[in-house]
Amino acid sequence: MIEVDQLSKHYGDVTAVDGVSFSAERGQILGFLGPNGAGKTTTMRMLTCYLPPSSGTATIDGHDVLDASMEVRRRIGYLPESPPVYMDMTVKAYLDFVARIKGVPSAIMRRSIDETMEKTGVSHVRSSVIGHLSKGYRQRVGLAQALVHNPSVLILDEPTVGLDPKQIIEIREVIKSLRGEHTIVLSTHILPEVSMTCEKIVIINHGRIVGEGSPESLMAQLKESDVLHAQVRGPAEAVGNVLRSIDGVLEVKQEDESSDTGGWLITAIPGNDIREAVGKAIIDGGHSLRELRSLDMTLEDIFLRLTTEETTD
Amino acid sequence: MRNLLAIYMKELRSYFVSPVAYVIAGVFLFLSGYLFRNILMQFNFWCTQLSQRSQFMQGGMPNLNLNEMVVTQFFGVMDFIWLLVVPMLTMRLLAEEKKNGTMELLMTSPISTVEIILGKFFACLTLYMTIVALTLVYCGILEFYGDPDWGPIWSAYLGYLLLGGTFIGVGMLASSVTENQIVAVLLAFGALLMLWLIDWSASFAGPTAAKILQYLSIVAHLQDFQRGVIDTSDVIFYLSFIFFSLFVTSRVLESRRWRR
Repeated sequence: MIEVDQLSKHYGDVTAVDGVSFSAERGQILGFLGPNGAGKTTTMRMLTCYLPPSSGTATIDGHDVLDASMEVRRRIGYLPESPPVYMDMTVKAYLDFVARIKGVPSAIMRRSIDETMEKTGVSHVRSSVIGHLSKGYRQRVGLAQALVHNPSVLILDEPTVGLDPKQIIEIREVIKSLRGEHTIVLSTHILPEVSMTCEKIVIINHGRIVGEGSPESLMAQLKESDVLHAQVRGPAEAVGNVLRSIDGVLEVKQEDESSDTGGWLITAIPGNDIREAVGKAIIDGGHSLRELRSLDMTLEDIFLRLTTEETTD
Repeated sequence: MRNLLAIYMKELRSYFVSPVAYVIAGVFLFLSGYLFRNILMQFNFWCTQLSQRSQFMQGGMPNLNLNEMVVTQFFGVMDFIWLLVVPMLTMRLLAEEKKNGTMELLMTSPISTVEIILGKFFACLTLYMTIVALTLVYCGILEFYGDPDWGPIWSAYLGYLLLGGTFIGVGMLASSVTENQIVAVLLAFGALLMLWLIDWSASFAGPTAAKILQYLSIVAHLQDFQRGVIDTSDVIFYLSFIFFSLFVTSRVLESRRWRR
């Protein structure tokens, strides 16, 4: 569906995208995650034939973005970061114009436009001038513009940026409702967005891919260690010694040293499930165990780890 | 062709839904009407003078040519107004699309750069010719009170069509290199004025250079049309000028695709 292989883009001496490779299956929602300036927009612009890659290839439905640009453009719907709308046009006139330049056949034009307006929820503002609409509605019109020719691939560059929380939820709902019909590439720097909408995540930083996979596999793959949280009643020193003596424990830390019922953070070698051993050791040592749970890494942790590691070295 | 028409209709619509077309037509008609009136008054003055003098002269009253003294005069000053007005019609054509990010929509749609440029060019030319055609009213006034020769009038309009196309071509090129409309309008003014005045320096140049400079002057080629002469070389000059400026414009728009 979408195949990207060793894609790079240089602006003079600056490398914006550096050897990026990923792929997306038909009907998948791929989240493109990265901090601002990571190269997300540049990658998307190369996928949409707006910028030529410096090296590497990208194909959409088997058509190369350089050699078969017109074929690619017919198959993609693209919503840039700011919706490319004409402020002096009405929603209807604007979609009509876009449908024409996207090559929607005249016979189905009316229906396509009506259906798209229905899908994106702009039917009731069809006669309004776009310049008079709120930002949320302009974003919807931008989404409608990307959908009007029923493209197989949708490329959405930060579709929720600058919207209020209610509008963000609404736009996300619209995007989720498109799942299955279109392959969607969605870029964002907001984490919950990808975990909520995407089946596959590509994390990019400084133009390089630093992580790839489903939200779950990404978390599993990146768990360098398992951390347990335990709350134990008992003298801190004694409890600490008991915990350190367990097989497979790397590090033991007390959260609050002044308290006898304080929490402990126990870091174990990855892959070893030491929960039972920890529970047994505490009971055998004569202390009472009040709570024991493993700490999952959130997507935030992974994201921060991946993107900050990259900057420090 | 369908794409070209879509762009054409969009541009034309945007001229007429904004006040731009009306203000420009209004200002132009006011200025040209003022000039036309004064040229006519001048002609009237000469006629009165001559008819008074002819009483003392033998051979009766000399025949004053309405075409030469009014039509040619009028068309001769109208081109300067257009030099000022056309850059204002063209400044937004490409600069605005770049500024608003809608260029990204156009450039990622299955539509060629040539179609974008030609659609916009013809839309602007249509608006220009519509306003130019309004000056037919003045010629109608002449027809009502006098007996102008319509041949040179039509050829002058043909000349204006070609001149307008050339102005618009230069204006679009200026609009393609920037996303700032003020910059676009100033660049177009500068380029057009330079092309207007270029034959001035011909007097101080060598014989070959002088010929080239004279040839490049965009208004010099209009004079034949105003006299009723349609010279192929003038037509070719304007058409090649239009072609060249639009070609460079398309290269400028596509240059982003070369920077790899």
